Amino acid sequence: MSETTGMILEWSIKAAVVTVICLIGFAYTTYYERRFLARIQVRIGPNRAGPWGLLQPVADGVKLIFKEELIPQKAYKFAFMLAPILTMMPAIIVMGVVPWGTEVQMFGRTVELGISNDLNVGILYILSVTSIAVYGIVLAGWSSNNKYAMLGGLRSTAQMISYELALGLSFLPPIMLAGSMSLADIVRGQQDLAWYFIPLLPTAIVFFIAVLAEVNRSPFDMPEAEQELVAGYHTEYSGMKFALFFMGEYVKMFSMSAVFSTLFLGGFAGPWVDQLPWLGPIYLLLKIIFCLGLMIWIRATLPRFRYDRLMGFGWKVLLPFALINIVLTALIITLFGL
Amino acid sequence: MAMLDRMDVTLDELKHLVSDQALEGDTLLLNMGPQHPSTHGVLRLLLELDGEIIINCIPDIGFLHTGIEKNMEAKTYIKAEVMTDRLDYLNTMGNNLAYCLAIERLAELDVPERAQVVRVIFAELQRIASHLVWLGTQALDLAAMSVFLYCFREREYILDIMEAASGQRMMTTYFRPGGLWRDVPVEFERAVRSFLKYMPGRIQQYEDLLTKNPIFLDRVRGIGVMTKEQALAWGATGATARGSGVTYDIRKAMPYSGYEQYDFDVPTHTAGDVFGRYMVRMEEMRQSLRIIEQAINRLPMGPFRSNDRKFVPPPRSELGRSMEAVIHHFKLWTEGFNVPKGSVYQVVESPRGELGVMLESDGGPKPYRIKWRTPSFSHIQLLSWIANGHYVADLVAIIGSVDIVLGDTDR
Repeated sequence: MSETTGMILEWSIKAAVVTVICLIGFAYTTYYERRFLARIQVRIGPNRAGPWGLLQPVADGVKLIFKEELIPQKAYKFAFMLAPILTMMPAIIVMGVVPWGTEVQMFGRTVELGISNDLNVGILYILSVTSIAVYGIVLAGWSSNNKYAMLGGLRSTAQMISYELALGLSFLPPIMLAGSMSLADIVRGQQDLAWYFIPLLPTAIVFFIAVLAEVNRSPFDMPEAEQELVAGYHTEYSGMKFALFFMGEYVKMFSMSAVFSTLFLGGFAGPWVDQLPWLGPIYLLLKIIFCLGLMIWIRATLPRFRYDRLMGFGWKVLLPFALINIVLTALIITLFGL
Repeated sequence: MAMLDRMDVTLDELKHLVSDQALEGDTLLLNMGPQHPSTHGVLRLLLELDGEIIINCIPDIGFLHTGIEKNMEAKTYIKAEVMTDRLDYLNTMGNNLAYCLAIERLAELDVPERAQVVRVIFAELQRIASHLVWLGTQALDLAAMSVFLYCFREREYILDIMEAASGQRMMTTYFRPGGLWRDVPVEFERAVRSFLKYMPGRIQQYEDLLTKNPIFLDRVRGIGVMTKEQALAWGATGATARGSGVTYDIRKAMPYSGYEQYDFDVPTHTAGDVFGRYMVRMEEMRQSLRIIEQAINRLPMGPFRSNDRKFVPPPRSELGRSMEAVIHHFKLWTEGFNVPKGSVYQVVESPRGELGVMLESDGGPKPYRIKWRTPSFSHIQLLSWIANGHYVADLVAIIGSVDIVLGDTDR
């Protein structure tokens, strides 16, 4: 077996594993959200299917697969079919650059934990890929030929231009500290210095807020504001196509939590990870669970922004704040000679 | 274009209400409801939107029409009372109260002191329960979903007390002409007292979650503003009017059931927006607790219903001993009681505002005509004025803040 075939095989297997992890992650993020939310809201949550309701996501999945798929008569069918795929795909492929650990010996090969840890434009990749997802929402809203869906689609366009800048700018301080756009380098930089949320706390906060807007989570869940727009852009979707939107949202939560953990919470780094590389994925998973918990907690607590306010907030608060953070980071680097 | 044709048909009936722009397609016509999560029932709003800004809001009611007013004419007074529960299903005790007071005024029935006090306690508990539903749904409309579930947890306390007394959680029919259906159970006083201890902390908790939350304040301040003059001109009553600074509370203005004996404030707010109405209702819950506390402290022993056997059934224990009691019982449960000829208009302060019942009697056992003046009906018309110029997202906050119940609107 030549080296090239081996590499391709290795990448394919890793990609399959990461995709499966994402999909299981999606399923259990919904379970986690429902249970945790229920606890906060003095309810019990799903506890019937399987022990502690652990099979609930499976039951939901089976139900959605067997649901009738309705396509409105006046919908633009091609875009209508394309939209859920466009929402779902970017959420998964973001995981391609997130490092899960260092190297392990497996099957006589040195296998890197993660698909493309050292991609030198890792952060640009994340930014460009996540921006694609909004097309799915806009297309879904437009192609359904439904007024509520269209309003949802319009809102997400407005939302994207308001948070994307702050999100992009918040990527900069970790890059400046690590001196690299590769996520693996950023993790190594945090192992040398400290987890970046300590020196870069304001940036971490801005980033987290922007991530909430990016994944359409409360308090920025305007595109699907159920109290206003019934279900927003996915009003007309049913069955598996609806499930794809749903998956898109939760997988994105999962993968953006992974990105946040990598940038600010030390990624896979943790005690003894150098001796036992398999601890890396476990640490990253724990950090992702922590971030997801934060998102769920915020959802349980805060009311929703109005979408024009989000635009104001994005442009007038988050953007200047993100710029100040960059200046501050530059100052820290110069002063402490990092 | 089959779909366009169908749209034209629905538009036709309301065509004269929307602007020419909408007919030409410059603005968007959006049907909000009758199946919509935030219209609090089956209310249909025809919105004319410019972008997401409302330039015209046309409420369309009648989707929950039950014919209760007409049906009541075909039933004896006692049987008709059961229907009053179904009007404003969040204020069942209050509806019972208005109806019973109207009959009592026509028939000049006396109501013993104990019944009066219990009525006040239940009317105020009902007010808190209704405000809890309002607060929960108002918060839920703004996507603060936890508050909704907390409110329903507290509401269960009240429903439990109501169930203990009347056997029903919601459709109580507990107040009867001349008093109560039966005396309150022994655990009633303890349950009310423990609720009084428990509730103030909870109200504080809601305030912590909402009143101090900048996102919430941003969503409610300056939204759906109604001046004092407008509130008066547009027939707003209750907390909706008091949120605009109108000091009008029927419990103070035209006291009934002995409300003049209780010491309580009528909270008002000058803002006139969603926030003003929110603050008024939050304070009203505290004032209701004050009234309940005073009432439970003075709850006298004694009969719980009038001794007028022409209107009030005899106690069960008498049936085996007294022939007269058997006759009265038989008469009451077969043909009902006759209310003297005349007409009366009785108002009470419902959680939503001025609830009036116009009762016309022809001297027979059935009401000749009953007309309900319901606050939700008057308040729905406010939407078409105060929603203009706001976003669709604000409309749900406005609907929540005027606190409409569709069962109350369509009788």
